Amino acid sequence: MIKLFSVKDKQKQAAAAAATGKPKQSAGELRLQKDLTELQLPSNINIAFPEGREKPMHFEITIKPDEGYYRNGRFLFDFVISTGYPYDAPKVKCKTKVYHPNIDLEGNICLNILREDWKPVLSISSVVYGLQFLFLDPNPEDPLNKEAAAKFQENQRQFESYVQRSIHYGAQIDGEFFPPCAC
Amino acid sequence: MEDTTPIDSSERWIDIDKLLTRNGNLVGPGFEPGPELREFLQQDCKVLCIGAGGLGCEILKDMALSGFVNIDVIDMDTIDISNLNRQFLFRLQDVGKPKAVVAAERINARVPGANVTAHFGRIEDMPLQFYQEFTVIVLGLDSLEARRYMNSIACSLLEFDEEGNPDMSTIKPLVDGGTEGFKGHARVILPGVTPCFECTLWLFPPQTKFPLCTLAETPRTPAHCIEYAHLILWSQQRSHEEFDTDDEEHMQWVYSNALARAKQYGIEGVTFQLTQGVVKNIIPAIASTNAIVSAACVLEALKLITMCSTGLNNYMMYTGSQGIYTHTVAYERDPQCPVCSAGVEVVAPADSTLQQVIDLMLAHPQLGKMLAHPSVSYGSKQLYARGIYEEDSRPNLAKPVRELLEGDEPAALLTVNDKKLSASLRVRLRLKEPQQ
Repeated sequence: MIKLFSVKDKQKQAAAAAATGKPKQSAGELRLQKDLTELQLPSNINIAFPEGREKPMHFEITIKPDEGYYRNGRFLFDFVISTGYPYDAPKVKCKTKVYHPNIDLEGNICLNILREDWKPVLSISSVVYGLQFLFLDPNPEDPLNKEAAAKFQENQRQFESYVQRSIHYGAQIDGEFFPPCAC
Repeated sequence: MEDTTPIDSSERWIDIDKLLTRNGNLVGPGFEPGPELREFLQQDCKVLCIGAGGLGCEILKDMALSGFVNIDVIDMDTIDISNLNRQFLFRLQDVGKPKAVVAAERINARVPGANVTAHFGRIEDMPLQFYQEFTVIVLGLDSLEARRYMNSIACSLLEFDEEGNPDMSTIKPLVDGGTEGFKGHARVILPGVTPCFECTLWLFPPQTKFPLCTLAETPRTPAHCIEYAHLILWSQQRSHEEFDTDDEEHMQWVYSNALARAKQYGIEGVTFQLTQGVVKNIIPAIASTNAIVSAACVLEALKLITMCSTGLNNYMMYTGSQGIYTHTVAYERDPQCPVCSAGVEVVAPADSTLQQVIDLMLAHPQLGKMLAHPSVSYGSKQLYARGIYEEDSRPNLAKPVRELLEGDEPAALLTVNDKKLSASLRVRLRLKEPQQ
């Protein structure tokens, strides 16, 4: 226990010296800064700050897979980091309409590390890897898009042709139109 | 019936005086017993109670009855009918009014001499100078985020001397209380001395989050149905509206849709109360838990100011589900805490450029081993950063560091990141004027 206040030294209780104008930063922002400085993005992934560099809590990541079912497509992901980061996971939504077993029409993404498997030790890098992996290896178990998952399981060649067609020309699949998104 | 006893009657504070005017075996270091101590407490000290809800009402009552006079209270909420079973300063006719305002009125009316000032607003809207005026700040909050915010406020007031020791006069003590059903905690945070909130963030278990695909395709529990309505259906059907947990209609919408979903899958157990629990993380509150935790908190505030007894060191947990049990643990600070650690000191000539400062860091006996390609920031300003910011921030390397810091202070707390480091590192940069 330490003695902080003294009856005799009442000056301590008088209006304190003007607070130094030290820029205040939330712990979440501090940690986000660290993640962003360590982010090494390959040439097919870009980052942009729609609200400017001063608002790093909101950014967009564009992934252009160069192999796999989704090659040559251009997919935009919106990241919102709350003040609770890294305790709270980043909130990520897919802004490109895509035919994928694990991404629904509203842009919700079924990725374990974004929800139940998120740990504060993970980072933006880990999320970007996870998203890339989704394109290389879609997961038909526990899907958000049942029909896409079913097609992926029953006829992979046709699934691939649906995906490639929708990327390059746009396609009407299962009653929904997927606009082209080639890069 | 109003109590008309004048505040300076010696009979009135006889119990507090027993603690403040007599020496003993359990007193704190430097305890100065005497009548001046209560005078100091009542005339020169100002305390802040954050929150005027379950814990806040109890804290205000305890403070006023323990002899505190100058009390401020801040809360951004208004009174809801469900609060009335335990937030005893409020009555039925107060529903809809700001909690802080009504709480202050009631305490002032009931305890003669009490001077409670209410602030109806968010803690984030108050300037740093506001918090600096208080002797002790007691937290009666209900979220991790708000606690982290107050913690960063208190820690940002902390300054270090040349050896990296905390400057005692800049320590802003926080007493943090929290409750959840039958469980609660009270802890004392002395920035720079005890672990701050961030140092012990690992104490909190991860939140329960269900996989989206389970919610969409294979719900099994009532909670799954509720989250389906809350997260998936809402963004499908009402995406233009921001979901508001305080809006009765929004909550009812989620509840009725969850019920429909549950029926579809033959799942039982969806109730409105569960909906509130899952969506708002509400756990039913128990008045006795609040009373116990706030009493511990106010007692700690009294001890911190007067040294009348040994302080809590530094985290007490309470559980009342099977009897009454408390356990106190002395947690340790995280030496690398990004919010409260002193960091390593680096002394540089006042006219150094940023590149020269970075070179000094790399040559520093302690820092040099920990860094390879550092990124440096000052608050939220990136001075030089690797990765995606590298090209834009490279010109800063040639600029005088004083210009980048924009201040006349001879010392600045920088944050340094590096792939080699597991967490951000704080560096105390001291600029030395050249000898004349």
